[in-house]
Formats: sequence, C-alpha cells, structure tokens
Amino acid sequence: MSLFCFHNRSFVLTKGAFIFWLLAGIFFNESQAASLEELLPQLAERTFPAKQAALDSLATSNDERVPAILTALAQGELYLRSVNPIIVIGQPSTPGNLRLIDPLTQRDLGEVGASSSKKITLNNKMRTTLRLALAVWHLNDANPTIRLAAAREMLGENNPTVLQALQNQLARESVVAVRNILVIALALPQLTADDAVNRLKAISVLANNLYPEARNALVPLAESDPDPSVKSAAVKALSSIDRQLTWSNRLETLFFGLSLGSVLVLAAIGLAITFGVMGVINMAHGELIMIGAYTTYLVQTALPSWLDYSILLAIPAAFIVSALFGILIERTVIRFLYGRPLETLLATFGISLILQQLVRTFISAQNVVVQNPGWMSGAWPINPALALTYSRLYILIFALAVFVALLLVLRRTNLGLAVRAVSQNRAMARAMGVRSARVDVLTFGLGSGVAGVAGVALSQLTNVGPNMGQAYIIDSFMVVVFGGVGNLWGTLVAGLSLGVANKIMEPWAGAVLAKILVLVFIILFIQKRPRGLFPPRGRAAEG
Amino acid sequence: MLKAMRGDRGGQALLVLLIITLIVVPVLNLGLPTTHPWHVSTYAVTLLGKYLCYALLAMAVDLIWGYLGLLSLGHGAFFALGGYAMGLYLMRQIGDRGVYGNPVLPDFMVFLNWDRLPWFWQGFDWFAVALFMALFVPAMLAYGFGYLAFRSRVTGVYLSIITQALTYALMLAFFRNEMGFGGNNGLTDFKDLLGFSLQSDVTRIGLFIASGLALIGGYLSCRIIVTSRLGRVTVAIRDAESRVRFIGYRVERVKTAIFTFSALLAGLAGALYVPQVGIINPGEFSPINSIEIVIWVAVGGRTTLYGAVIGALLVNYGKSLFTAVFPDAWLFALGGLFVLVTLLLPRGLAGLGRSREIN
Repeated sequence: MSLFCFHNRSFVLTKGAFIFWLLAGIFFNESQAASLEELLPQLAERTFPAKQAALDSLATSNDERVPAILTALAQGELYLRSVNPIIVIGQPSTPGNLRLIDPLTQRDLGEVGASSSKKITLNNKMRTTLRLALAVWHLNDANPTIRLAAAREMLGENNPTVLQALQNQLARESVVAVRNILVIALALPQLTADDAVNRLKAISVLANNLYPEARNALVPLAESDPDPSVKSAAVKALSSIDRQLTWSNRLETLFFGLSLGSVLVLAAIGLAITFGVMGVINMAHGELIMIGAYTTYLVQTALPSWLDYSILLAIPAAFIVSALFGILIERTVIRFLYGRPLETLLATFGISLILQQLVRTFISAQNVVVQNPGWMSGAWPINPALALTYSRLYILIFALAVFVALLLVLRRTNLGLAVRAVSQNRAMARAMGVRSARVDVLTFGLGSGVAGVAGVALSQLTNVGPNMGQAYIIDSFMVVVFGGVGNLWGTLVAGLSLGVANKIMEPWAGAVLAKILVLVFIILFIQKRPRGLFPPRGRAAEG
Repeated sequence: MLKAMRGDRGGQALLVLLIITLIVVPVLNLGLPTTHPWHVSTYAVTLLGKYLCYALLAMAVDLIWGYLGLLSLGHGAFFALGGYAMGLYLMRQIGDRGVYGNPVLPDFMVFLNWDRLPWFWQGFDWFAVALFMALFVPAMLAYGFGYLAFRSRVTGVYLSIITQALTYALMLAFFRNEMGFGGNNGLTDFKDLLGFSLQSDVTRIGLFIASGLALIGGYLSCRIIVTSRLGRVTVAIRDAESRVRFIGYRVERVKTAIFTFSALLAGLAGALYVPQVGIINPGEFSPINSIEIVIWVAVGGRTTLYGAVIGALLVNYGKSLFTAVFPDAWLFALGGLFVLVTLLLPRGLAGLGRSREIN
C-alpha cells in the first residue's frame, strides 16, 4: 500500500525528486532491487529486439526508480559507462563533459568526458513503447495537469495495457477535464469495433469534441462504413465537428486580432492625448514606450527573486519614468513650439533619435530579455482546438483598463476638465483662470506616462530593443488619425478594428501584405474622411 | 531664365560655385597623377556626386515645403523609385555576367527559381526607357496621391503622416521577394552604364558631371517656377489657402502640379544616385531617410532653394565625418541638430545672412 502512495508522486526530475528516490532506494532496495538490477544491464544489449524485451519488462515493472530511468532514456541521457560497465544517467554539465549518476542508488559517480560513455540507442518501436510507458506512469500523477497531458498523449492508442490503464484511471479520476479525455481515449478504439452498436456508441461519445484524433478516426467511418446507420451518424458527427472547428478558428482569429488591436490601442492612446488633445505631434512617443519597456527590464533585473510580482511594480515605475521624460521634453523643447506642429514634429523626431542612442550607449545596442512572470505564461484551453494565451489575454484586459482609467481621468477629474477646456479653446480657458502652461505639462506627462505603461505590456509580447519604438510610431499615428483626432473612443475602436482586420487578412495575404493593405486602406480612408471615423463636431471642428 | 535668377544673390553664387566645381574637380581627378597633392581621388568624386544627388532631392523637398507649405515625410519614396528604375536598367546590363551566368534572369530570380522575367521588367534594357520610368513612376505616384489627398483637402500634419505611411508601406512591399525587385538585398553588382564600366574613373566623372548638371537644371527650373505667376499662387496657398480658394484658384490643381514636379526631381536624383553608390535596396524607403531630407532643408533654410542645397551638402559632409570618427555619436548629433535648428534657427543657415526681407 505504501508503494501505491509513492506512485502518485510526480516524477519530474527535480532535486527534491532525487532525494525522494534516494530514500526510496534505501527503503525498498531489498524487495525491488533484484528485478531492476537484472533488467537494467539488458538495455545495453546489442540487438534492438533484446533491448525491446528489456524495455517491455521495465515498462511493466512497478519499481519506483523506473520512471527516472525511462525519462533519462527518452531524453537520450542514459549511457553505458565504458570503464567498469554499468548503465548510468549522464547529464551534460560543462561542455563536453557528463555528470554521471547511478540510477539504482542515485549516487553521484563524478564528472567524465562525454566520449568515455556510450549512449543507449533507441529505435522507433522502442521510442513508442517508452512514450506510452511514461504516459501510463504519468496517468496516475498527483498533478491533474500532468494527468491531462498524459491522457492526451494516449488518444488513439489501441494497446490493451494502455486501455486497461485508462480504465483504471477513469474509475478513480475525480477531475472532470481529465475524465472527459479519458472517456474519449476509451471511445476511440471502439470506432473500429466489429459490433455496429459499439461503433454507434463511440460516435455519439466523440460527436462533440474537437481533438484532431477523433476527427481523423471518424473520417473513414463517414466514407465507407458497411452499416448505413453508423455511416450517417459519422457523417453527422463530422459535420458538427467541422462546424465547431470553423467557429473555433474564427474565435481564434478574433482573439489574435483583438490582442494585436489592444497593443495598437495601448501604443496609440498616449498619443491620442498628446496629439489629439494638445495638437502636439510627438514623434518620440515610440521611444517613451521603449523607456517603459526598459524600465520593466531594469525593475526585473533589480529584483530577480520577485519575478512574478516585479511586473506589477514595473507598471507605476514605468509610468513615472516615462512621464518624467515626457515632462522634460515638454519643458525644454515643445513649449517653445506650440502652434507650429510641423516644427514640433521635427524637434521631437530629433529627441527620439537621441533617446534611442542613449539606450544603445548606456544599456546595450542588442535587445534585452524581459521575462514573463509565471502567471502570464501558458494558455487557457477553451476547447482542444482553441487556447487563449494568458499573456495576450491579460494585455487585452490591461489595455481596456488603461482606456477606462484615462477616460475617467479626462471626464471626472479637475485635471481632465482643465485639459478639455484648454484643448477646446485655449484663450477662453485662460480667461476663466485655467493655468494653461501647467495643464500642458500635466497632459504631456500623462500621455507620456501612458506610453510607458504601454511599454510594460509590450515588453511581454515583443523584443525589447532600442528600435522597438520606431516599429510602433507609424502604426500609432495611423490608429489616432483613423479613429479621429481628439477622440479616445475613436482610438479604441480604430485600434481594435485595425488589429482584427489585420488578422483576418493574414491567412490569405500573409503578414506583410496584410499590413500593407491596412496602410493603403487608411491612406485612402483619410482621403475620404480626412477627420477620421469620429470627427470632432460643433465648435471643436473649426480648429 | 536670366530673369528667374535676378535678385537671387545666394542662388547666383551657388550656381557659379557649382559650375567651377564641375570644371575643376574632373581636371584635378583626371589631369593630375594620383601622387600629386592637388589630386582629387575618385572616391571623393563619387562622394561629391552622391552629395549633389542629395542636394537635388533636398531642393525638391524645399520646393513643396518652403513654397507650398507641404511637409512631405515620404519624399524618400520618390527618390527610391527613381533609383529602382535605374537599378532595373543596370541589372539588365549585367547580362550573363552574374554569379549564375543566366543570360536572361538576374541572379536573385535564378535563386528564387523564377523561370522568366516578370512583365514589369520588360523594356528596361533601353536606357531611355529606364530614364523615362525613373521620372514617370515617381511623378505618377505623386500625381495620384496628390490628386486624392489635395482634392479632399488633407493638409498639415495629416499629410505629413500619410506621406510617411506611404513610404513605410512601399518599404514593406519592396522587402517582399514576390515583388520581383530583389527583396531584402535589393539590386546590386552593377557592371556598366551605356557601355561604360561603372568602376572606371571616366564613368565616375561623367556621373558626377551629370549630377551637377541635373542640380543646376533643377535649380533653374525651380527658380523659374517660384518666380512665375504660378509661384506666386503657390506662396499664396502656403500663407492663406482658403483665401486663394475663395478668390477662385483651383488650389488642388496647383498643389498637385507642384507636388508632382517635386517628385519628378526626386526621382531624377534617385536615378543619378544609384549608379554612383552601386546599390539600391528597400532601406531607401525607410521613413527615417525621408525625415533626414527634411532636416537638410531645415538646416540650410527653407524657402531659399540654395539653402536646401547648402543644408544637404553640409549635413551629409558632417555625417560622413562623424560616422568615420565617432560612429556612436552621429545619432546624438543628428538628433541635436533637429532640436536646435527648429528651436534656434527656424530659418536655417540661409536665414542667418538675410535681413528680414521676406515674411
């Protein structure tokens, strides 16, 4: 019984697991060692059939030490030591060297040159056996994610041992997702059953799931099953699966489009404030995004052990750093150029070059690596054909949150009131006592800070390097102009719809051509509606 | 023509200097032995020729920015298109001397397993066709673009941004191998032009003189335009567009005409540039190149055509100097130039010497 409990442990090769096997080796040596110690050397037999026989016996053994050995074998880390020949696990340590471990006792056998040991070779049949054996072990794992992956691995297997293992696991499985896939794995072989009733039953189980294995297995039945009722059921099941697959693909395209759109919105929304509200063309906006991304990098580097949370800290940090840079730019350059948009454009372009070169000189000309925190990696499986990556999902939500926050700032705060007043009629606002110079600084700081926050989000999706800002500046301007200058809602709608349009066109046009088509579309659109999707109305339109 | 130059002191000085250079430099290059201290190396001649092409390009930008008030951030596109037209001709002249020795297809097409020449490459075996296309294609693009943009009254910053988007879209397009213009690598490995080897000193001098003559011709034609009645309407549009429209002028036609002519000059500059540098690739379309042209004009001083020429020569000379001595500092210098010129020298270097006669 105690053995059974140990079966439920994870066999991932970690330090802890090694200690565990070490203990297991001490406690169970007497009862188990004999068979394993006889079997293991047989893996080094000369012929593949002999090795296969040894592997088959190993796979059915319930010795605790077997999974580690099989894992090493699958990863090509099992060796025959030349001197005093025993089978060892060899892990690459320094280049050209191996650290040898005795798989039976877990003893460290020291470091040797890679050439002094011979790798245990495999053929395809052995690989299949190995894969299944490991999957059967993992099927019983304590971690449901590993159980799920193992069950997924066994879809379409027709091996009686495997099916027995699946049956056993189904009997004791409590997690619904794993149960579902076990049912499917058990139904799949039934599609080729002799009895038409069994086939029909299997079809009804498989009818509404989207695993490619299930669809592939249904195809021959739909084409040429001797029993007409089975055939028609298979045809129906197939068409229902295909319909769902089409929808999954559409949803996936929509998700990728919205994700790209959220990036565009994030990049453009700071610009919508400085360009739209203040009429200032800030060509250094992309570089403010870059500064935000580099701030993320610096925060992560400063707090290496807080990887999961440092990104949350990076959001306010990037806002402040980019806002300060923005304020500096406003105070030293832009305030002398109000009312001369073309000159502002040139001066801020100069600033963007300086900022890029600053990063190259003081940090690195190469891209830097920004880590994804653990909770942002991985994907949310909606169904077998559709999984939403968490990083993209969070960034989409984050973009919407930033949008709402900005909308609230502009609509509900005193600063927002002053900003709107100055943007509508500067002279009148001043006459009413609004300190327009101060409002300019704060607005520019706000827009720049939002660019920095966008940089935090972008650092999770793309490369962080000195040139990253340039990649976004044209797209951001396009979004703002397309949406209608001075209109945050316009920016949101324009960004999301351009993102979706891009992703819809990508499958048949290719990524680059899709981008070109979007650009050409906007160029033509501006000819038709020079003031964007949502042009300003009333008095603001006169400006 | 003389009338056009009357009163344009800076321009007169520039033309005299240009003509002297065009005579003296070839003599010093070809007439003196390489060991002579006064000898001008062929490298320097080629560099000068390149600068002259840039100067012509800057003048094209000045014509529309200084006199029409349109800040084009996409003039590099017209320059590059002219360059590509000439590049096609030069590629056809390679014949079977390419790496793969294919008599019909350029190397990159052999590499991509294309079996015949695309239709748009036809006719570029003739120099006259290539030269015509180098002017016609940029002019047509400018005409179509300008017709649409000016008819719907896209002005100011919006125009700047969509011209930038235009050159950006073209850059992405030319990066694609499927476009049939050599993709990423562009067109290069040129051998000869009109039967003359591109490596020989005589051809280099010939190209240098051709660039100089093109600049002089371009200058004179721009002067003729700005001193004509059309030029006065142009300046009026820059200063008070609505008023000109209300008086009854067809503003969009004037704008389209000047914009198209400017693109044509840029295309000519590109066509002269490519044989001298020996390569044309999609990088020429990159938005930063177009913005750099604008800074040449801003440094020299807009609304003075000779100022654009001075600016182009000075900034590019500075760039060559800087990138050789402090390669890292060039972007600092260029960025600083952008900021300082717009803040402190809104009328450029040419504005320093002038009294407040204009504006």
